[in-house]
Amino acid sequence: MSTLVLTGHAPPRTPAAEVPEVEVFSPLSHRSATVARLVRLGRAPLGIYTVPVLLVVLWQVASSTGWLSPNLAASPVQIWHAAQSLWQQGLLWPDITKSLTRSGEGLAIGLTVGVVAGTIAGLWKLGDTLFTGVVSVINTIPLLAILPLMIVWFGIGEESKVLLIAMGATVPIYINLFSAIRGVDAGLVEMARAAGAGRWRVITRVLLPGALPGFLIGLRFALAYSVLGLVAAEQVNADSGIGFMINQAQTYERVDQIYLGIVIYAVLGLTAHQFVRVLERVFLTWRPSYNGS
Amino acid sequence: MTAVLGASVRVEATQRRFGDRIVLNSLDLEIAPSEFVVLLGPSGCGKSTLLRLLAGLDRPDAGRVTVPRARAIVFQNPRLLPWQRVWRNVTIGLDRRDAKRVAMEVLAEVGLGSQAKAWPRTLSGGEAQRVSLARALVSEPDLVLLDEPFAALDAITRLRMHDLVRALRHRHNAAMLLVTHDVDEAIALADRILVMREGRIGTQHRVDLDAEQRLRGYEREELRAQLLTEIGVSATGP
Repeated sequence: MSTLVLTGHAPPRTPAAEVPEVEVFSPLSHRSATVARLVRLGRAPLGIYTVPVLLVVLWQVASSTGWLSPNLAASPVQIWHAAQSLWQQGLLWPDITKSLTRSGEGLAIGLTVGVVAGTIAGLWKLGDTLFTGVVSVINTIPLLAILPLMIVWFGIGEESKVLLIAMGATVPIYINLFSAIRGVDAGLVEMARAAGAGRWRVITRVLLPGALPGFLIGLRFALAYSVLGLVAAEQVNADSGIGFMINQAQTYERVDQIYLGIVIYAVLGLTAHQFVRVLERVFLTWRPSYNGS
Repeated sequence: MTAVLGASVRVEATQRRFGDRIVLNSLDLEIAPSEFVVLLGPSGCGKSTLLRLLAGLDRPDAGRVTVPRARAIVFQNPRLLPWQRVWRNVTIGLDRRDAKRVAMEVLAEVGLGSQAKAWPRTLSGGEAQRVSLARALVSEPDLVLLDEPFAALDAITRLRMHDLVRALRHRHNAAMLLVTHDVDEAIALADRILVMREGRIGTQHRVDLDAEQRLRGYEREELRAQLLTEIGVSATGP
């Protein structure tokens, strides 16, 4: 902008419209900080459980007002009563422990196989050649489709159930661990070798810790799949466990007990999720990654 | 391997090709024990390739490279393991019982004694590069290779790092080879400056200046102008 100044007066001041907008940052006052914390708490008082709890409350309201027919959907309170009465008859706890044992055993096998094979394949090309094809094939076959085969091979006993869960858990562990090891920065491996670290040192201090975030993602899936495998295995030819309980409830048209079984599976899933979150908080404190805003 | 008498590093008629491109062409180089040599040249002239050969991270296509077994490299990027605390990063190549004690000593030397238990993500760029310097020195190397280690640092931090490197060099008495494209950095640190050109050592300059002369004065400016011309930059800079 060119201004022609004819007199000896000061040049005209820049019009207000041309002053650039500014932002001012100062520390939050104690009060507004408290308000902000309350707002944040109000937005999600129970963290990730806020929405599930809210849904349960809505569900109860819908049932109590008669909007949901009790023949189709039991209300949360009814489910709670079903749990109490089954518990008092001593029928609930044995089924839960049976299911937990199955998924625990399956997970243990799946974790072991997945970690061993995934580590070998991540570290050595030969391992990749040997395992990855097979795992990819298994990955695309639905667990439910394998179940009849398992029963033919291993009978209707515990083996087929545990092995089905193990298969479900192995695949995500293997895939995630393998790609996590291969995803470790080659520059870090080179640095460690150049610094004089031996093969073992490179594995234990660079590759495996570097692959931990990816492994935990695999673990999260493995835990979820083990619950899925549990459902699949227990719905067919079981005489105990939560799936069996659901089947029985279906026979006697006890909708509340069917829901109870589903709720127990859901709680297992949430617990597994929480477990991995704790692991991440403990083992991944070093991560400079984004935490969400 | 028997020790090389007289020289710490000896490179003889060494060639390195990548496809059709000859990056190092019949290159010869000797570095004396505890000598500080700076390798200067524009990017793409083969400086880093030579450094990787000396570090044993790469093999020559022809010729022979003899280096001390006890050697260490400092990369341009600090390459710290984000999942290991600072002192564990320093001991990555160290296989001895008192590794932690030694690491703490070296960290104190580079001025990071109080940060030993910190995570790498909490360090500034200069601090991270000092950790990587400590990691190189902790093994008491006979040869330290520095691949543009201060290129990403701000001017003031870089000058501090120069002082640190000078001090460490006298204390540890190792031969050092620094690769850079920064002429001022070369003059500040070198006993001898090699200018690389077309895959071999083009010219070399012995720098017999004291600390004051390296910062200002006729000899410095003369050398600086000469080096800039040799690496292909006009000497009429600031």
